[in-house]
Amino acid sequence: MSLGFTIPPFRLPEIVSVIGVHLPQWPHSLVLVAALNAAAKLGLLPEDALARLEDRTFVVEVLDAGALACFRCQRGVFRPLLACPTTADLRFQANLAAFLQLLARQEDPDTLFFRRELSIVGDTELGLVVKNMLDAIEWPSLPTLPVFRSRA
Amino acid sequence: MPPMKVPRLVCPAGSLPALKAAVDHGADEVYFGFRNDTNARNFAGLNFDRPAMVEGIRYAHARNRRVLLAINTFAQPGRAVDWQHAVDEAAALGVDAVILADVGLLDYASRRHPGLRLHLSVQGSATSYEAVNFAHREFGIRRAVLPRVLTLAQVETVIRNTPVAIEVFGFGSLCVMNEGRCWLSSYATGESPNTVGACSPARHVQWEKSPGRMNTRLNGILIDSFADDEAAGYPTLCKGRFEVQGETYYALEEPTSLNVLEILPDIARIGVAAVKVEGRQRSPTYVAQVTRTLRAALDELADGAQRYHVRPAWQKELARVSEGSQVTLGAYDRPWR
Ligand code: SF4
Repeated sequence: MSLGFTIPPFRLPEIVSVIGVHLPQWPHSLVLVAALNAAAKLGLLPEDALARLEDRTFVVEVLDAGALACFRCQRGVFRPLLACPTTADLRFQANLAAFLQLLARQEDPDTLFFRRELSIVGDTELGLVVKNMLDAIEWPSLPTLPVFRSRA
Repeated sequence: MPPMKVPRLVCPAGSLPALKAAVDHGADEVYFGFRNDTNARNFAGLNFDRPAMVEGIRYAHARNRRVLLAINTFAQPGRAVDWQHAVDEAAALGVDAVILADVGLLDYASRRHPGLRLHLSVQGSATSYEAVNFAHREFGIRRAVLPRVLTLAQVETVIRNTPVAIEVFGFGSLCVMNEGRCWLSSYATGESPNTVGACSPARHVQWEKSPGRMNTRLNGILIDSFADDEAAGYPTLCKGRFEVQGETYYALEEPTSLNVLEILPDIARIGVAAVKVEGRQRSPTYVAQVTRTLRAALDELADGAQRYHVRPAWQKELARVSEGSQVTLGAYDRPWR
């Protein structure tokens, strides 16, 4: 998938994370969960991988934004958690730029991991399942809106 | 200088998007495997089910590229039939070749499917032309992948003395032992590539974060400890730091990736038939990055070896995606043997 633009490496100013941790974390979880459920509904997430996520808790931590998203997978549906557990089954930590580069398939997760820009803490095998599940998604081609049109 | 015959570029696919990325960015051949322990990259959630394989083969063939199927582990006691079924399935799918390591399986494949092209896997650990010629005589192998332990001069000796096409590694994480003979992972976890299809399986791995540090443990054994500014590698014993006679250091191998861009003209000159990229465990992004870089280098080489020079941009792209963020020529330019 090419979005036709490049996400540069950047880091949010520290003040953002200082403010960020004081904001309610619930909206982040809602957005992420909605996206995951949409992907599951479109059949983009393979059933066998989904089955392995059942009843597990996940935390996605955007370090430089001071933002946390926490959710659990139940009967194939992702549900946000009101309170983030201190020990989730799996916790991803990275700055916003790294997460965006991952989602846009601009960077490889192992590369970010080697460069210490992404940490995965908790059940390592579950982390691998999630990583490989995201890699195997065949994104439908993006709508040909002008902003999405590839420059190539 | 006349145009040069360059090696074919063989790229990894752990998923359908990775296969398409390899094809789209200039691979001549892609290799993949089943979702089970017949595959030496049998990691959770990775690899191909049948529909994905069918689609992958269709995609590659429509663009005139070849597809190789790796059945590169050793049949486990009492389960030989699972490995034989994998070979039958490969033949039925219509792949261009299978990559096998187990001599019993090579024998089965050559008898049962005489039309199926056989490649000897790196896991088969053939380091001499005698070993390669044996597999040629007995099973009719057409290509052999050499382990990453030979110097370039040794690779050349093999090529001069065999009718079998030779494939070598061109880029990727280093596995420093004679592939197929390493039991380090079994020592720590009871499981290794040849038995379960994975080195240091993820369920034995723990990454422990504490302020300023990350520790890596394999089945409880501490194998490395990184400060926040240190590049990391895979959690394999060969790339751990150990205390040896009072000093703690990478005693076997640093976290690093092999990169042959600098010696690509020599590789072509000695007659290497194919160059392989490691990394079926990596994402489609990595496959695209590495494939397009090696394609550009091989294309430049094809225009004439004299004009070839390694572009800084290529090196930068490859170093970025490397394990430990650094690269090496590995054994190829080792002065000793
Ligand atoms: S421990 Fe290292 S050398 Fe041994 S199989 Fe694993 S990666 Fe290869």
